[in-house]
Amino acid sequence: MNGQENMTTDDGYVSGSHLLQPGVLDTSHGVVLYLDDVTVSFDGFRALNKLSFSVDVGELRCIIGPNGAGKTTMMDSITGKTRPDSGSLFFGQTLDLTRMSEAEIAQAGIGRKFQKPTVFEQHTVFENLELALKCDKRIWHSLFGKLTGQQRDAIDEIMNTIVLQELANSRAGLLSHGQKQWLEIGMLLAQQPQLLLLDEPVAGMTDHETERTAELLNTLAGKHSIVVVEHDMDFVASIARKVTVLHEGSVLAEGDMATVQSNEQVIEVYLGR
Amino acid sequence: MHSNYQPFLLRLLGNSRWVGYAVALTVICILIPVLNLAVPEDSALHLSDYTVSLLGKILCYAMVALAMDLVWGYTGILSLGHGIFFALGGYAFGMYLMREAADAGSQLPNFMVFLDWHEYPWYWAGSDSFIFTLLLVVLAPGLLAFIFGWFAFRSRIKGVYFSIITQALTYAFMLLFFRNETGFGGNNGFTDFKTILGIPIATAETRIVLFALSGLALLAMLWMSHRIVESKFGRVLTAIRDAESRVMFSGYNPLHYKLAIWTLSAMMCGVAGALYVPQVGIINPSEMSPANSIEIAIWTAVGGRGTLIGPLIGAGAVTALKSWFTASFPEYWLYFLGGLFIVVTLYMPQGVMGLGKKLLGKKS
Ligand SMILES: Nc1ncnc2c1ncn2[C@@H]1O[C@H](COP(=O)(O)OP(=O)(O)OP(=O)(O)O)[C@@H](O)[C@H]1O
Ligand SMILES: [Mg+2]
Repeated sequence: MNGQENMTTDDGYVSGSHLLQPGVLDTSHGVVLYLDDVTVSFDGFRALNKLSFSVDVGELRCIIGPNGAGKTTMMDSITGKTRPDSGSLFFGQTLDLTRMSEAEIAQAGIGRKFQKPTVFEQHTVFENLELALKCDKRIWHSLFGKLTGQQRDAIDEIMNTIVLQELANSRAGLLSHGQKQWLEIGMLLAQQPQLLLLDEPVAGMTDHETERTAELLNTLAGKHSIVVVEHDMDFVASIARKVTVLHEGSVLAEGDMATVQSNEQVIEVYLGR
Repeated sequence: MHSNYQPFLLRLLGNSRWVGYAVALTVICILIPVLNLAVPEDSALHLSDYTVSLLGKILCYAMVALAMDLVWGYTGILSLGHGIFFALGGYAFGMYLMREAADAGSQLPNFMVFLDWHEYPWYWAGSDSFIFTLLLVVLAPGLLAFIFGWFAFRSRIKGVYFSIITQALTYAFMLLFFRNETGFGGNNGFTDFKTILGIPIATAETRIVLFALSGLALLAMLWMSHRIVESKFGRVLTAIRDAESRVMFSGYNPLHYKLAIWTLSAMMCGVAGALYVPQVGIINPSEMSPANSIEIAIWTAVGGRGTLIGPLIGAGAVTALKSWFTASFPEYWLYFLGGLFIVVTLYMPQGVMGLGKKLLGKKS
C-alpha cells in the first residue's frame, strides 16, 4: 500500500518509471483494463465465451446487451468474485486479476457497484462512507485508528456530491432506492478507485435522478476510468463515447452509439428476442 | 461530544454507562460479599452460599453469552459449539486443580492410577504452574478456534452449514473426552478439588472471592466488547453480517475480521470456563454436549442479539428459570427451552432488550 502511494500522482496513476512493481498499477501504455479470451462456464453453459476487450485510461465505456448476455458475469470475473476457466484479465499492464483476492483487487483500485444496490443498511450514510474510505483496511487500524479531519472533509464532500448530506446520520436502510444507488456510487468514490465498474446504476431511478447520475458520471470521466452496464438507452446515449455490445458471452459490436445502433447484428439481437 | 471544561465527575455522571459500571462494581465487590459473609444467617438480608454460587455460575454464563453475541449478534456467525471453548477453559483450569489435589497426596489423580499410569502424560506438562494454567485457559480454546475458524472461514462456509459443523466439533470433542484413555478422567471428568494456590477451595471466603473475580472478569469483558463494537472494527463486523460482499469489494478481507472476533470469543469462553469450574467443583464432558451449546445460543437470543446487555440478562433469566424448573419438574425443562426458543425467534427477534425498547417507546 505504502509503495503504491509513493509511486502515484494525485489522480492515482503511476507516473514516470516503467519498473515492474508488484502490486502497483502501471497504465503507462494507456490501457487500464485488459480482457483476453476470457471464458466462464456454469455447468457447461458459457456465460462468457472467449471475451476480449480493453478499456483505456480515463475512458467512459458503456456495455449493453440483452438479459443474460454475461455483463454481470464479466464484472464478477474482473472483481474476483468468479474465477474464469481460461483467458487473462489484467489491470494495467502488470496486475493479474486472476491471481488476486476480492479485497486485493479492491485495494489495487477497482471499485464496483452491484446490480442490486448493496449498502450497509444498519449503518448510517456517514458510516457507510467511512467504511468505504480509502485507508489501511487491516484489523489493527480498524480497532485503533481514528478519522482524521481530512478524511471527514472527504466524506462531507462526497455526501455533497451525492446530495445526501442532510441524511448523514440516517440509517442507509431507510433511503429510497435511488438514494441507495447514489450512496453506493459515493462509497465507490470514497475508495478512490482508478477504475469504476457500475452495474445498472440508474435502474429504479426517477428521470430526474437519472439525469443527475449522467451529469455525475460525465464529470467523473477523465479523472477515473469507468465501465457502465446499462439497459436504459437514453441514459447510455447521454454519457457514452464508446459502446460495447455483449451477446452470449462475447463482443458483438463496438463503436460509438450511432455505429452500434445501425449495426445489423445488433438490431437482430435486440429485435429477435 | 462533551465540552472540555465540564468537571471530570460531572462528565462521569453524565455518561450513564460509567455509572452502570460503578454500580455493578460496588454490588459485586462489596454488597454481595457483605450480605453473604457479614450479615447473620437468620437475617432476611442474608445471602445463602447456594445463592452466591448460583450467581457466580450466572456470571460465568453471562461471559459466554456475551462472547456468543460478538460472533452471532454482531458478526452474523451462529455458533452451536461454543460449549467446547467453555469446557476447554474449564478443563485447563481443572488440570491445575487436580494436580494440586493429587500433589498433596504425592500421587497421580485416581483416574490415572486406575489406568495404571505411572506418570503424567506429556500434555499435562506445565499444569502444575498456575501462570502456565492461566495461559492455557485462553490459549487452548483460542488455538482450537483459530485453526477451526481458519479452515471454515477460508472455505467460506457460512450460515446453517457453519452452525452444523460447530455442533459436530463439540460433539466430537465430547466423545473424545468420554474416553478414559484420553487422560481427562473420562465421563467422570475432574472433581474433588481441594485447594487453589494452596488455599482451601470449599470455604465461604474462597467462594466469595471467586464470585467477585467472575464479576470483575465479566465487567472487563463488557468494557472490552463496548470498545470493540464502537470502533470501526465493530462496524466492519456488522457490515460483514449485513453485506459481506460489499465489505470485500471495499477492500477488507473478511477472513481476518471473522477469525479475530471468533478467536477472541473462544478465549472469553475459556476464561468463563476456568472461573466456573472451581465454583461448581466439577467439570466433565457433558459440558461439551450439543444441547449445552444450543442453550448458549438461546441465552443470547432471549436477551437480545446485537446488544451487549441483552445476553447478560438472557443468561441470567434462563439460568434462574432452569434452576427453578429442574427443582420442580425436571422432565419438562428441555420442552420448555425448545418452546422458549421458538417463541423468541418468532415473536421477539430482538429478545428481551427489543421488548423493553418497544414498551418504553410506547410509553413516551
Ligand atoms: N452463478 C451462476 N450459476 C449458473 N448460471 C449463472 C450464474 N451466474 C450467471 N449465470 C448465467 O449466466 C448468464 C449470464 O448472466 P449475467 O448475470 O452475467 O447476465 P447479464 O448480462 O448481467 O444479464 P442482466 O441484463 O439480466 O443483468 C445467464 O444465462 C445466467 O443465467
Ligand atoms: Mg446483470
